[in-house]
Amino acid sequence: MRYLPLTQPDRAAMLAAIGASSIDDLFVDVPESVRLAGPIAGLPGHASELAVERHMSALARRNMAAGDGPFFLGCGAYRHHVPASVDHIIQRGEFLTAYTPYQPEIAQGTLQMLFEFQTQVARLLGTDVANASMYDGSTACWEAIGMARRITRRGKAILSGGLHPHYVSVARTMAKYTGDALDVSPPVLTAETDIDALIAKIDGDTSCVVVQYPDILGRIADLRPLADACHAQKALLVAVVTEPVALGAIRSPGEMDADIVVGEGQSLGVGLQFGGPYVGLFGCKDKYVRQMPGRLCGETVDADGRRGFVLTLSTREQHIRREKATSNICTNSGLCALAFSIHMTLLGEAGLRALAAANHAGAVVAAERLAKVPGVRLVNDTFFNEFTLDLRKEARPIVRALAEKGVLAGVSLGRLYPGVESLANGLVVAVTETTTPEDVETLANALEEVLA
Amino acid sequence: MTAINQSGWRPTTPAQGGNAGPTFTGNKALMLEEPLIFEIGGSETTGVEIAPPATATSRLGGLARSAPIGLPGLSEPETVRHYTRLSRQNYAIDLGLFPLGSCTMKHNPRLNEKMARLPGFADVHPLQPIDTVQGALEVIQQLAHWLVTLTGMHSVAMSPKAGAHGELCGILAIKAALEKRGEGHRKVILVPESAHGTNPATAAFAGFSVENIPATEEGRVDTAALKARLGPDVAGVMITNPNTCGLFERDLKTISEAVHAAGGYVYCDGANFNAIVGRVRPGDLGVDAMHINLHKTFSTPHGGGGPGSGPVVFSERLTPFAPLPFVEKQGDHFVLVEEETAQDHHADSFGRMTAFHGQMGMFTRALTYILSHGADGLRQVAEDAVLNANYVLRSLEDVLDAPFAASGPCMHEAIFSDKGFAEGFSTIDVAKALIDEGFHPMTMYFPLVVHGAMLVEPTETESKATLDQFIGALRSVAERARAGDETLRTAPHFAPRNRLDETLAARKPKLVWQEPEPAAVAAE
Repeated sequence: MRYLPLTQPDRAAMLAAIGASSIDDLFVDVPESVRLAGPIAGLPGHASELAVERHMSALARRNMAAGDGPFFLGCGAYRHHVPASVDHIIQRGEFLTAYTPYQPEIAQGTLQMLFEFQTQVARLLGTDVANASMYDGSTACWEAIGMARRITRRGKAILSGGLHPHYVSVARTMAKYTGDALDVSPPVLTAETDIDALIAKIDGDTSCVVVQYPDILGRIADLRPLADACHAQKALLVAVVTEPVALGAIRSPGEMDADIVVGEGQSLGVGLQFGGPYVGLFGCKDKYVRQMPGRLCGETVDADGRRGFVLTLSTREQHIRREKATSNICTNSGLCALAFSIHMTLLGEAGLRALAAANHAGAVVAAERLAKVPGVRLVNDTFFNEFTLDLRKEARPIVRALAEKGVLAGVSLGRLYPGVESLANGLVVAVTETTTPEDVETLANALEEVLA
Repeated sequence: MTAINQSGWRPTTPAQGGNAGPTFTGNKALMLEEPLIFEIGGSETTGVEIAPPATATSRLGGLARSAPIGLPGLSEPETVRHYTRLSRQNYAIDLGLFPLGSCTMKHNPRLNEKMARLPGFADVHPLQPIDTVQGALEVIQQLAHWLVTLTGMHSVAMSPKAGAHGELCGILAIKAALEKRGEGHRKVILVPESAHGTNPATAAFAGFSVENIPATEEGRVDTAALKARLGPDVAGVMITNPNTCGLFERDLKTISEAVHAAGGYVYCDGANFNAIVGRVRPGDLGVDAMHINLHKTFSTPHGGGGPGSGPVVFSERLTPFAPLPFVEKQGDHFVLVEEETAQDHHADSFGRMTAFHGQMGMFTRALTYILSHGADGLRQVAEDAVLNANYVLRSLEDVLDAPFAASGPCMHEAIFSDKGFAEGFSTIDVAKALIDEGFHPMTMYFPLVVHGAMLVEPTETESKATLDQFIGALRSVAERARAGDETLRTAPHFAPRNRLDETLAARKPKLVWQEPEPAAVAAE
């Protein structure tokens, strides 16, 4: 029991000080009929550090890691190189093992970092303000829909077909219980996005239009006309960014007048981690700040007039407002926000732009190469680091066959849209700075073999 | 650095003690002031090297960024120094006792961190072909097995991202079950006063109306009042056990039976499961759904506010309504059930709560911790946590009002109040004075049922020596509060900052950094 400092003499002395004859005296309120006599049967006892390492390492070895071979998966989670100092800093105990900064005088490290994070995120998304992070992009997206409902007092949200289908699923789950009407249809394998179709759907009942940028197939569209159409009907434009590195190369949704911009911050600092924990980004226009969910860090002064930071506007939150809270979110994703912020600080303006340029250039080369494979058509006209191939055959078994050859080829749309026949041949391929020209060549050759 | 003057800083002047007097930089030996990255970073500075692309082709659809984003960069040494300096302004469990009641800050073993960083876990994509992630799915399955067995429940949903998200998961399952039964008209969720503040928010968010059930004098649910309120409009109850007064809800089993007989469901807030793990199984108390905060009971680090992770265990009655995705073992093979179609036996699932499979990185940490402790060690964890809390309670009840000391032993947390302090002194004064003693304060003003509440949770990873030191410090501060010592009002005196103006922050929110206006600079 290497994590428990009490010795048997300690325990005896403490029981005596309390006036209890045994530890059981402290559990007298547990009814006898349900009190367990000893450790629960059927579970093993404690194990040494070495034994646990062996067990966990054996499990880890049963997975194919992204770094084990050519790797092209994206669709909401991206493999980027994370500088070594990021993981080093987040493992400092003062960050790793701190709690929510409820006592700001001794939590300025976390609070200043969150203030810096909020500023970085707001600038990246092009919004006036940003919060101190959400669980992930998908739950941030749902919270944005709820926020639009509270602001507009309308209950119909229009979701773009280019929105990540898991994000749509999360919104559907929640809408069943909040009564929002969601208008969404699956994407179509075309070069163009559905902006005009979305504009046509907006009416006086619309709370918001939710559009992903770049979208699930990797396409990029100008959001300005959509923002104008939303505002003409007093609806909000919600933009969703699943690849924040893209915003180093393309205009931000905020610049195009989106009212709320949410995102998945995993790309910067966090790593793949089989889906979580990630870090949701959430920014909006100034005028909506009191309807924004999640934690906020604000600047203030201390009794001596020195600058300091505190959690603020918590009167919107559930631990104070109880049933009148603006959202259900309680915790944030502090440590992942720290990783994001450190990575962003290491990059800076120059580094982020260079990283984005390298990602885009690599993707352009890869798209052109893969489009030359017989039986493959490039769907996109526009893209950042992710594009869709039409394989003219069902993509899902092809992805499995390529995995057996040691190539993790991308995400088949059949996996994301089970049962949607028109998308079954789609393969979404992501390229980042971790992808080498040899990786692309290996994928192209393997794809040619499998398609033959 | 002109940046320091720009932002209006001035040298520190401690109210008492220490090395009074300003320094030129505002720093004092190891007490370092740290500017914001926006004040020290540059638009051309970077801490990473990225090879410029060979091609200049653009397929960005004419949407290439033109204007600057406004992101400052730092070189690697500057970055490491900036964040290391910031880290030293934080209290953390690695530095000492962190007795935040209900938050459960226990030691975070570094083996957990090491295991979570194995490339086979850390560098795996959530949408990889299932055959390439069998080990990751087995981690989920093994952790699920432990959680179900330790709680005596039937199934577990792993995807909720945090405790409050888990509460929502449980409530949505209850709602789905009621609708399946054709009893969607049951709209009332009963929430005792002694439950967590997130509970009513969760129920309201899911479309229920919330009714409070009072607490008794002794700090437990008023069982008679609760039973009297049951009826055909009640969907269920949300109860916290052990409750926020630190007490075990003795009547939970009979409450559950009454709720079930009246057609409702029992949600248990499992945030305090660490007090009873291995000692009693919530399933045996008639609970239908309960979330488990992995960072509280199973030691995954909370990182200054998150991430959390909130798996939800279900009774057999609610299992069909659990969210997707989840892991199933078919022969030797692990399958991820995530498709909403073509899975008849999951047709009643209420859907998906998050994009991927939950907080996988927390699962590896929690499983590592669970395997390290084993079934025997986890039971010992609960016993030591309860022993430590009772030791604190009994050692201080002569100087601090302990409103429920007569109600029997507390569980893993001890509650005190500000009764007996001199006129005008309250819990916040004691809390801030504890900072000067080198401790993180306890939870303040929660739960709401106790005036000026102080909720102390030492956890099982504190030694008797540490507890004795903390007890001595709290005793001394409590005596000063009773005597009306005015210096308490301005505490902390030795922290990186004195009391911060939270009202100003809320009245004039400054949530992002902005370039100081030229006029302001000139005025200095």
